[in-house]
Order: sequence, then C-alpha cells, then structure tokens
Amino acid sequence: MPTLLIEADRELCAGAGMCALVAPDLFDQTDADGTVVVLRAEVSGPALALARECVRNCPTGALSVRPRGDEVRTTRRGGG
Amino acid sequence: MTTETHTDPEPPMRLPVDRTSLLDPPEGLAALRESCPVSPLTYADGHVGWLVTSYRMARAVLQDDRFSSRPELRHSAVHLVLGDGQPPEEDVPGMFVGMDPPEHTRYRKLITGELSVRRMRELEPSIARTAGRLLDDVVAAGPGADLVSLFCSPLPSLVICELLGVPYSGWQRIRPVSEKMLRTDSTAEEVKACFAAIFEFLAEVVALKHREPADDLVSGLVALDELTDVEITAVAFQLFTAGHETTANMLSLGTYTLLTHPDQLALLRADPDLMESAVEELLRYLTVIQFGISRAALTDVDLDGTLVRAGQTVTVSLPAANRDPERFADPDVLDVRRPAAGNVAFGFGVHQCVAQQLARAEMRIGYRTLLERLPGLRLATPAAEVPMRDGAIVYGAASLPVVW
Repeated sequence: MPTLLIEADRELCAGAGMCALVAPDLFDQTDADGTVVVLRAEVSGPALALARECVRNCPTGALSVRPRGDEVRTTRRGGG
Repeated sequence: MTTETHTDPEPPMRLPVDRTSLLDPPEGLAALRESCPVSPLTYADGHVGWLVTSYRMARAVLQDDRFSSRPELRHSAVHLVLGDGQPPEEDVPGMFVGMDPPEHTRYRKLITGELSVRRMRELEPSIARTAGRLLDDVVAAGPGADLVSLFCSPLPSLVICELLGVPYSGWQRIRPVSEKMLRTDSTAEEVKACFAAIFEFLAEVVALKHREPADDLVSGLVALDELTDVEITAVAFQLFTAGHETTANMLSLGTYTLLTHPDQLALLRADPDLMESAVEELLRYLTVIQFGISRAALTDVDLDGTLVRAGQTVTVSLPAANRDPERFADPDVLDVRRPAAGNVAFGFGVHQCVAQQLARAEMRIGYRTLLERLPGLRLATPAAEVPMRDGAIVYGAASLPVVW
C-alpha cells in the first residue's frame, strides 16, 4: 500500500477550513489565522483517499500529496 | 442604444433568471453548460462579457488572480436588485469583499482564526440555545406560524450578534431594520437606508467595545490595534449583512426542500448523523446565490480557448456549476448521503465565504432543532404556493407557513 505525504502551503492557505471539516483527523486550523495544520502527514489507504479529496476541495490549491522521498531530493538539488 | 441593421449580429443573450421549477436553477443554464460553458453575455448596462456555467471553469476563474473583485471594475448582470451588499458610501475602508490580494489578504487574516471549523463547533451549544428559544416563539405562535420571520431570519442575526459582541438590547433595536432589508417589497432606496442604519449601529458597537471590552470578535479587533474604527465597523458590517440573508434563506429554502422531499427527510430523521452531509447537499442543490458572482479581467485571459479581454466582466453561475454532471453524478437529484463537499455554493478561491463554517454550524443546529422539536412539521400551504424571492440576489422563501 503506497504511503504519501500531505504538504500544505501556508502562504496559499486562506483558512477556509474545508480540509478540517471533511478530515478532522488529518487537519486542524490555527487559532491565530485559521490556516491549516497537518496533523498526520503520512497517509495511505482510506486516509490517502480522504487526503486526495481535501486536495481537490481546497479553494486555494494550498494542499498537495506527494510520494515520500521527493522532499529529500529537492533539498539535495537546492544544496548543490 | 444603436438601432440594429440587417448587418448587425444579434447581441449576446442576457443572464437567464426565470425558473420553471422552484428548486432548480433558471432555465437555459444547463444547455449552455453543455454546449458553451464560457459564453458571451450582455449585462444590464449593455456591457458584453462572459457567462461561465461549468464546474471546472467556475473554479478556474475564481482561483485566477488575473480576475479582480473590485466592484468599480465589474458590471452587473441584472438591474440593481435587493441585497447588493454594498455599504452606504463609496470607498469605505475595510470592505475587503471588494478588494484583491494583498489588501484583501490582510483583512481576512485578522478574522479567519475566529471562524475556524473548531471554533464554530464550540459555538454550537450557544447556537442551540438561541434556536431553542426561537422555537418556543414558533410553538407559541401556533399552527400556521411563519418560520421565516420567527426562526429562519432571526437565528443567523442573533448568532452573528453574539459572535460580534452586540448586546441583546442592540439586536432588538436593529432587528426591524435588518428584517426590512430582506423584504422583497422593500425598494432599493429603503434597502440602502437599512444598510446605512446598520453601519451606523455597528459603529456605535465598536465605540462601546473601546469603553467596555469583552470576549467577542469586535473587542478582539479593537484590542489588536491594527485597524481603524471605520475598518472594524466595515468588517463587522460585512459579517452582519453577508451572514444574515444568506443563512436565513438556506434555512427557509432547505426546510422547504426537506418537506417536499419526504424520502430524504425520512433518511435524515432516521439517522441524525447524516445532518452534516445533508447540509452540504442542500448547499449544493439550492445554491441560493442565484445570479452567481462576477469578476473583472485585469488582463487578457485565455479561458479554455475563449479569449476574455482585459476589462470584461465574467459572471460565474454558481447554481449551474453545482449541477454539473461532470462533477456530481445525477446532479439534479437531491441525495443527502452523497459527498457534496467541493461544491461552490460558498464560491471558490481566496474570496470563498469567510464565515462559511459559521453558516454550516447554524444550518446543522437550525435544521436539527426544527426536526427534533417538531416531529410532525409540514407545510401549511400547498408547496407550489409558497412565495419565493424571485429577483433577489439571494433566493429563498419569502415566507414559510408551517403546521406540526
């Protein structure tokens, strides 16, 4: 079963809360400005399907899911 | 207006606004969505822009920062009708509904923390107490009572007042003004006067919170010391006006819808845990912002092969988008169990309704209270005779007489 990572772009996030509404086990919002807090980044199976739904519903495109290991490659590229 | 000669092409159509079925979007939108989802549109003042009717293109436009929300750049698809939501004067600072990023972002970020999903769930007991008191008034009024004036309209305004910090005595004073604002027989001049009265009223509330701060949203904005008093008043004004008419009409029209879809009502009564899903489906199915929302192109934009020129207004039909079969299977069927999240009843993009989670909480509690307290609830008149708010920016029932 593939495991992916949820990523949230806090700059893009407008605090709409659709992720926290649909998947409260995966997402919360800060008290300061309602922007997204990812509670559980690693998801697979039903949680992954739910995460993908939240990605789709996000009004600003702040959410994405990506395979594990991608962010490590990005860091290396950035450091080279 | 120039006289058309035989060489002039037909001007593009105007926005379809007439309904043949009370709960379905105006006629003509479905056909457009299928054949031409970005279609030329003639506006009330003769301007020619575009009408977007598909779900995919609706999201594309509303998420694209080449489209502006500034009211002075946009044309109106219909002649000025009730509920335009604009403040009494021009250029009132703090009216972020009509701003673009980054100015827009700054105002919104000051209140989104107060309106999160979690905070609104915490507000539910208080909403339930208010709904319970209003239901007492309904019951006391007896069979034939109008749910709109006794329940659907006062519930959201009481809740927003509590959130803002408006004292109950203040609500009692402003209640007739906010009721008049919603009446379909009020003139445009009268509605404008209501807005002015509400703005002035809220300015007094801001002054009160300077003198006697409390644990409420207005006191919080005052304490932040980031906005001027006029800006705080404008923020409160937007929350008060935008959150009243919309939620009130979802409560009335949603109740009407459940009462005219007995199979769906039975599902909900049998399994109250369906309420969250039912609220989402009612939002999608009814999409009360019936004439859609508009944006102005800041530059030329290619929309799926159609060239929108800088300066043109684009109107996104939210009702059409929410009935798009490419996104929602059997879209014209009300199904309280379908996953309707992702619908665009609250818009999309950075301007997506800032208090949408408050609206959802009010609907969850509002419908629940009605169904629990009035197990025999039904319409007092034939369904086809319930008067609807034709021509209003926010569609809904003008009155809803019920028996139980």
